Amino acid sequence: MKTVEYRHGPVWVIAEQIEGRVRAVSFQLIGHARKLADGLGTPVEVILLGESLDQQAQQVIASGADRVYLGDDPELAVYQPDVYTEIIVKLAQERRPEIMLLGSTFMGRELAPLVAARLRTGLTAHCIDLVLNENKILEQKVPAYGGLISITCPQKRPQMATVAKGVFPRPELDTGRMGEVVLLKVQKNIPRRIETIEIVREEPEGVPLESAAIIVAGGAGASDLEGWHTIAGLAQVMNAALGSTRPAVDEGWTELETMIGQSGKMVSPDLYIGVGLSGELQHMVGIVGAKVMVAINSDAKSPVFEQVDYGIVDDCRRFIPVLIEKIGEYRSEGRELNHGNQDER
Amino acid sequence: MLRIVVCVKAVPDPKEAGRIRIDPVSRALVRADLPLVLNPLDKNAMEAALELKEQFDAHLSVLSMGPPPAESVVTECLALGADQGYLLSDRALAGADAYATAYTLAKGIEKIGPADLVLCGRASSDGSTEWVGPELATLLDIPIVTMVKEIVECTGEWWKVKASLDNGYRVVRVKLPAVLTVTRELNIPRTLSFSGIIQARRKQITQWGIDDLDVPEEAVGLKGSPTIVSEMTTRESKRDVEMISGTREEMAERLIQELADAGFLSSS
Ligand SMILES: Cc1cc2nc3c(=O)[nH]c(=O)nc-3n(C[C@H](O)[C@H](O)[C@H](O)COP(=O)(O)OP(=O)(O)OC[C@H]3O[C@@H](n4cnc5c(N)ncnc54)[C@H](O)[C@@H]3O)c2cc1C
Ligand SMILES: Nc1ncnc2c1ncn2[C@@H]1O[C@H](COP(=O)(O)O)[C@@H](O)[C@H]1O
Repeated sequence: MKTVEYRHGPVWVIAEQIEGRVRAVSFQLIGHARKLADGLGTPVEVILLGESLDQQAQQVIASGADRVYLGDDPELAVYQPDVYTEIIVKLAQERRPEIMLLGSTFMGRELAPLVAARLRTGLTAHCIDLVLNENKILEQKVPAYGGLISITCPQKRPQMATVAKGVFPRPELDTGRMGEVVLLKVQKNIPRRIETIEIVREEPEGVPLESAAIIVAGGAGASDLEGWHTIAGLAQVMNAALGSTRPAVDEGWTELETMIGQSGKMVSPDLYIGVGLSGELQHMVGIVGAKVMVAINSDAKSPVFEQVDYGIVDDCRRFIPVLIEKIGEYRSEGRELNHGNQDER
Repeated sequence: MLRIVVCVKAVPDPKEAGRIRIDPVSRALVRADLPLVLNPLDKNAMEAALELKEQFDAHLSVLSMGPPPAESVVTECLALGADQGYLLSDRALAGADAYATAYTLAKGIEKIGPADLVLCGRASSDGSTEWVGPELATLLDIPIVTMVKEIVECTGEWWKVKASLDNGYRVVRVKLPAVLTVTRELNIPRTLSFSGIIQARRKQITQWGIDDLDVPEEAVGLKGSPTIVSEMTTRESKRDVEMISGTREEMAERLIQELADAGFLSSS
């Protein structure tokens, strides 16, 4: 192979696999890494650690990678913090990547700072966009204070960021793409001060958020656990997944898994109904491409109403029970409800 | 004796933090004068430490980096039952990102003396990066488990914990000394007691600046931060809202009609 000199180091994606399958967020990041790498005139390199991943390495290349560093070893089958960190840091010191991207998954959120601190570089959390500026520096966009801020890491390398699933689209597979697979020698005696001994997967209850066609999301306006159950009740009758804002999680009404937004999940339902929430950007960026959006809020001036298609001003604790009842009537009456009341506009 | 350090952050009251905005015209940060409170998840870290202290007669220090008013959260932790409180406060520390914060906290912990266990919250409510715990562990060269939701075994050198994971959890063995970041599921934080508040008055808070920590100015605060905020923009929302009005019943019926017309109310 010809050796080519690049002005910038490669763009890296640390891929993540579960039970031998590379996760969707990793493919999405590879797709975006391709764009950044083309902007820099540099290759995309993907680090893939796990067991029995030959097939997956080919898919990674078909998604846009030029080179895959494959650590294929039973010891790497599940995420082992010490071993994974050591492998990535050593390789990064050799290859000097310009940019390093990880998914905002539970693993990514732990591994990214472990690697960044070892490399003494900066790291930006939960980015909702990554673009190169005119100086070819990575602008890492993050919502804050009702606007967007751009965070950069001007001097240290690599420029590191985590990105949630759903921020970038999944690239088309190009099975004709050529790429190189470099097998990593996995050092056997990396000292472990920590050991994953078991991973237990729990099936989420109800409709999963990320693939739900309808989402009912509740916020601080639920006011208490009873109010929250009312909102959850609406989700149930609508066959919707239940989402939340951060205050609902902080209050303990719901689990972190239901939180939508910058530091939670990215969702793309056809219908989104936001109940008792103010439309804060950190939440709203998590809703991508919803066809119809509805808000129910007791404050007519709430900013949420500028971001939806239908707005209702009312106390959700009183309105939702009526809505649930009327949905029941609508369904039992064979959709004959109040045809005379149709919109005349 | 088990020596525990809990890192706690003073944050603008999360219930009010929405009032901090960017001025769309001047693009400057409009900071309402917000009271500082103990970061919610750090209460869970404190509770875990207090329970360990009760179980093992541990020595419990709290450490915070922040401006002088952050002293109030250290005092609160002393009132909850911490033995010693430390506040790292210095003009040069302002503007620190996660890395510079972790670096400074690591220096603080080294000066306090060897710790067997360092506890942090999973995330702070204002920064919310979740980076400080893992970066701190790296700089102290000790292992970390993030998102700990249960401490299963806590005797001997190797502890066993459960930590949250996408759709599940992992069971991990970790060798002390170590850092753990904790989630809300771990425990229910106790509230302040009157006697605790009285006792806290007799405890001293140690304040250290960069000279006490023996760190160069370039390594901390804004100067020591690899990342910078380069630009702030406002973002406009794009939808044309149609407000539905009428009595409660009328509004419900109108909404149902709109949703049904759009095909969202097929019978279940
Ligand atoms: C770094 C960082 C990351 C963050 N990440 C996220 C994230 O990923 N996801 C997220 O959701 N948040 C996130 N947040 C928090 C976010 O900034 C907001 O605080 C949060 O989204 C607001 O939630 P809310 O709308 O439920 O509460 P509020 O803003 O308090 O709004 C409550 C609304 O309910 C209305 N209301 C009150 N009572 C009633 C009633 N009885 N009936 C109807 N309406 C009522 C009020 O008028 C108000 O508009 C983050 C914050 C930070 C600093
Ligand atoms: N300035 C600080 N002083 C003490 N502890 C901090 C500070 N900043 C962050 N932490 C700790 O790190 C955790 C995670 O914060 P963050 O990385 O900002 O999300 C917090 O819950 C605290 O335990």
